[in-house]
Amino acid sequence: MKTLDDLKIGETGTVARLGSSGALRRRIIDMGITPETSVKKLKTAPFGDPVILLVRGYRLSIRKSEAMKIFLKG
Amino acid sequence: MTKTETQFQMSGNIKNKTINVMLAGNPNCGKTTLFNQLTGSSQYVGNWPGVTVEKKSGRVRGKTGIDIKVVDLPGIYSLSPYTPEEIITRNCVLNDSPDVIINIIDASNIERNLYLTTQLAELAKPIVIALNMYDILEKNGDKIDVDLLEKQLDIPIVPISASKNIGIDKLIKKVIELNNKSNYINVKNIYSYEIDRTLNKIENELDINTCCRRWTAVKLFEGDSVTWERCNFTKEQKNRILAHLNQIQTLKNFDREMLIADERYKYICSITKNTVFRKHPADYITISDKIDNVIANRFFAIPFFLFLMLAVFTVTFGTPGTLLRNGAEYFINDILGSTIQKFLIAVGASYTAQSLVIDGMVAGVGSVISFLPQILLLFTLLSLLEDSGYMSRAAFIMDKPLRFIGLSGRAFVPMLMGFGCTVPAVLAARTLENQKDKRLTILITPFMSCSAKMPVYLLFISYFFADKGPLIIFAVYLLGIAVGVLTALFFKSTILKGENAPFVMELPPYRLPSPKSMSLHVWNRLKDFLVRAGTVLLGASVIIWFLQSFNFSIKMVSADESMLASIGKIISPVFSVCGFGDWRAAVSLLTGIAAKESIVSTLSVLYTDAGFASAFTPLSAFSFIVFVLLYTPCIAAVSAIYKEMGSTKWTLVSVFYQLFAAWLASALVFQIGTLIINLGMI
Repeated sequence: MKTLDDLKIGETGTVARLGSSGALRRRIIDMGITPETSVKKLKTAPFGDPVILLVRGYRLSIRKSEAMKIFLKG
Repeated sequence: MTKTETQFQMSGNIKNKTINVMLAGNPNCGKTTLFNQLTGSSQYVGNWPGVTVEKKSGRVRGKTGIDIKVVDLPGIYSLSPYTPEEIITRNCVLNDSPDVIINIIDASNIERNLYLTTQLAELAKPIVIALNMYDILEKNGDKIDVDLLEKQLDIPIVPISASKNIGIDKLIKKVIELNNKSNYINVKNIYSYEIDRTLNKIENELDINTCCRRWTAVKLFEGDSVTWERCNFTKEQKNRILAHLNQIQTLKNFDREMLIADERYKYICSITKNTVFRKHPADYITISDKIDNVIANRFFAIPFFLFLMLAVFTVTFGTPGTLLRNGAEYFINDILGSTIQKFLIAVGASYTAQSLVIDGMVAGVGSVISFLPQILLLFTLLSLLEDSGYMSRAAFIMDKPLRFIGLSGRAFVPMLMGFGCTVPAVLAARTLENQKDKRLTILITPFMSCSAKMPVYLLFISYFFADKGPLIIFAVYLLGIAVGVLTALFFKSTILKGENAPFVMELPPYRLPSPKSMSLHVWNRLKDFLVRAGTVLLGASVIIWFLQSFNFSIKMVSADESMLASIGKIISPVFSVCGFGDWRAAVSLLTGIAAKESIVSTLSVLYTDAGFASAFTPLSAFSFIVFVLLYTPCIAAVSAIYKEMGSTKWTLVSVFYQLFAAWLASALVFQIGTLIINLGMI
């Protein structure tokens, strides 16, 4: 299944489900990454990690390892 | 209760009772600015999420005639109990029971901000929304139908601009109005039919006296362990609730935590859909994005970061800073000092009095004050970075490298602030999400050379390294960072093992730093410095003067036979191996525990010009600088460390580790340096 990490810069995807668990997952949900949310990958840091996402009209930064656990539709 | 009784009680409320107001909102949405406007205080404001790390309270100024107490809480995204800030806020709402909650919302980021609102609304407290930065939103060409939004949310809304002081009076009026309607409870159902029904069933199981019933039910639904424990259910109750939960689980695809969050966001979207109108589509490239495309660019980010650091450095220690210091020195020594001396001679002051004022007070405090302009310059530059929004970009860029030493990018902000002052830097470490991360950051932050140590370096440079000043300063700062990294690696692989800290961070849009906020930063620092100069430094200078002018039988003697010499001679042997075994140097380090600037004032009181120049060689001067760089920070910083570590053991670890690291490093510098010099001579 395609994940957020698979998106190229400038590409948009729709969240299907979250694979991680615990406090970090809750944090990501609280920040607005819920099913059906569209997320755009804006850029990556100089070392390829973390990434900046456009979610619900604001910019959120998470690590690649977390992005890999956010599954996308289609 | 009859109607008249109710009215009577309510008017009694208005006259006597203080209205307790709680200020809640997302990080970096202008909460502290609003707090400052409401209370007329001058709390620290920055442009990175998590500036307010503890609750602060103040009273509303102005002539409302009613006593309103406002509590400024740390910014939070949610009421889940995962970060210390969230726990502080949660406990504050549940235990302190505010009369009214002001929920401040960033108008330009309304969707995510309303997520917290949907949680606060379940607490059964009167709420008013302060819709902040509404002016900016309008300027961007966006529009919010405030009346309709208010109606649909069923929560009163007051558009404000905290920074421009617009709408604040209206907000206060609304708070008073809400407080008078104390039976007004706005718990509204935001969930779909099945979930609402399950929540109602759980509510029915709750004890009659349970406060915030809906909120408690939601937390039980989500599986919040703290709430489950608090409720103290019997076995039957527990089983019944679990049965309800299992029933709903079979109907839905997601886990229950996700279900609630999902429905909250769906509810928000259904409301914002016809109340919020954006001029541009959601993925419109903003000016902030364009700036980021350049300075947070994959290839350019690191060079730009280094360039920025170098620029801060060059301005502070290069020509601009030096000019400022020379001016200040001229003023202190040639104008102030000689005027005071002339005055003392004119009024016929005794020799002892003259010595106290000139050799004690002026030499001690004056020597430090001459560095003030340079310290303020460094502070201004650092707060410029902070207010502009660059700090969170720096955290973003540095996350990967910092992970190597067991920290997350967020730890970078306290570390950078450490170059200004260790105290706020240590306090800023509170925003880090886990204990291990926090302790590690607090341990290494004091190695980031604080601005109070600057006078010491500059004093030694002016005597021993006049031509190599910038090089020495650069080496010192780099050494501090290197020791910090080694420390982190050491602790990470021994007593602070554990998983790497998470990194989930909002990047706020860039903002032009407001002159008001900037001057507030600098003024706070200036005030702090002047208070210290007038108390700790002046006191220490007078005590040092006294101890070095008299012997134990209170007879005025030369410094060598004084009480201070006797004390210094006890500890000085420890430093022989570092190359500065002179008792005066040892004493100055001792006074440096009170405040780092004290080292300079003590040295100025104890040494004559020529005496100082001959007491150190360039090598021992450098090893002294290294010791000052690394050793235990001042009392104020140690108490901040104690507060944030929350443990005596860890505070002691920090204090003695730094002391030992300083001694070891400076001994190594001196011994290896001596060896190299000797070899060179052979």
